[in-house]
Amino acid sequence: MSILVIGEHDNSSLRPSTLNVVTAAKALGDSIDVLIAGSECQGAVHEAATITGIERVLAADEPALADGLAENLAPLIQSLAQNYTHVLAPATTYGKNLLPRAAALLDVQQISDISGIESGDTFIRPIYAGNAMATVRSGDALKLITVRTTSFEPAEQTGSAPVEPVSGGVDAQLSTFAGEELTRSERPELTTADIIVSGGRGMQSSENFAMLEALADKLGAAVGASRAAVDAGYVPNDYQVGQTGKVVAPSVYIAVGISGAIQHLAGMKDSKVIVAINKDEEAPIFQVADYGWVADLFEAIPELDKALEAPAT
Amino acid sequence: MKVLVPIKRVIDANIKVRVKADHSGVELNNVKMAMNPFCEIAVEEAIRLREGGTAEEVIVVAVGPSQSQETLRTGLAMGADRAILVETDPIPEPLAIAKLLKAVAEKENPGMIILGKQAIDGDNNQTGQMLAGLLNWSIGSFVSKLDATGASVKVTREVDGGLENIELAAPAVITVDLRLNEPRYASLPNIMKAKKKPLDTHTPEDLNVDVSPRLEVLQVVEPPARAAGVLVNSADELVDKLRNEAKVI
Repeated sequence: MSILVIGEHDNSSLRPSTLNVVTAAKALGDSIDVLIAGSECQGAVHEAATITGIERVLAADEPALADGLAENLAPLIQSLAQNYTHVLAPATTYGKNLLPRAAALLDVQQISDISGIESGDTFIRPIYAGNAMATVRSGDALKLITVRTTSFEPAEQTGSAPVEPVSGGVDAQLSTFAGEELTRSERPELTTADIIVSGGRGMQSSENFAMLEALADKLGAAVGASRAAVDAGYVPNDYQVGQTGKVVAPSVYIAVGISGAIQHLAGMKDSKVIVAINKDEEAPIFQVADYGWVADLFEAIPELDKALEAPAT
Repeated sequence: MKVLVPIKRVIDANIKVRVKADHSGVELNNVKMAMNPFCEIAVEEAIRLREGGTAEEVIVVAVGPSQSQETLRTGLAMGADRAILVETDPIPEPLAIAKLLKAVAEKENPGMIILGKQAIDGDNNQTGQMLAGLLNWSIGSFVSKLDATGASVKVTREVDGGLENIELAAPAVITVDLRLNEPRYASLPNIMKAKKKPLDTHTPEDLNVDVSPRLEVLQVVEPPARAAGVLVNSADELVDKLRNEAKVI
């Protein structure tokens, strides 16, 4: 088995999703290369080289690769793939956008969002918003796979792998990056946070979300939201947890004013401990909660805030 | 320009699926089926392009069994002009669907193809990106804003960190995200009218596409159930449980 991991990065630094994918790769074999394809991406390359247990970092540094455009990246992956048995990418918006295009160019039926590995050709993946788990065996000689990052621990970064430059990455002249509006936050990132405080339609306004943010800061937590809260404009799209948003699996997920539609549960039910605070005792969120508190959130949150200030006993 | 909108018939999004007792898949018999919710958003956007004068014709395409005609009629009732069914049973894998759609696109020469970003059955999130790759067209995936009035297509994409803007050379493949629009309901007169709109049928054979599966589903099981939880009555009790029982804060 020889595995190519498509590293996700912003040129200056490596995205943590790459570390989870490397751990998945280790379940397949021990010959693992990580591709960093970008422009002036030395920062990401150096960080990738520290990942424990990888053989090499392949560095493709071209202006056309600066912005992660699939049209320019997919042909590079296509040309590199012939040296490997498996090509893995994170099932993040980056990997989901890129890998199917490479798979089509290679005539491979990609396996999306795997949460388990049975063998070199057999994988487990959630379907129907995680209401069923399918075990699938691929008949393709080459496997292209996106990995559910929360299902695999992050690899450590104690290594010093050699870096090899690779060429390729031509501007296909099909698309141009025209800017981004990224959410800036001092809080932990949702997909890697240990604690998440998440709000739903019950929050009623973006101003009320400030209450949750204060609670999150007290816990060192990230802030998430249900689709309803994002659709209502209370918080930006990148807060959304669910089937089509982010999949999270923190140690504790505190759902506040979230009813618990199956699409939302799909994104958080692998959390270790789930807390639900909702005034509707019939809300489906209570069916997955370890600790449920039937209460009006506008009274419960200030009380919880206060209770957290008391010293641990 | 013509706009092609591939749509999929799936289990209704509000139904809780049940795994079959023999673990061969999920139960589809006597289950309510509907158009995939993301496909509804794609149809809506295409109709708005026509209403805004950017598009002249909206063609909905389904790949699947003959019952997919119902899904196509729903698209026609929303306002699409005509429909194409590529009849296959079962519905093939995303790569084969993308090849079938490429063959349809080569016959129809659309100026844009708009799809849902994923279908809520397989949750693969592949078909649009694969189709763009096979056609060597630009791809705007997970789009929450679309401006097709200029020479290039301007899109805003929902990405993990927030929003990203890109400009695409035409013709483009667009996959739509939840917040692009709010799909309309078909009115009764439009449902009646839709019955008379043209619906052509193709097969993988006449499109010359091999749809044999590459993946074998060995088993489908229920996910592990979570143990029953407990109710607490105060913030102090909750904090105590989290600190001393679960030991997570």
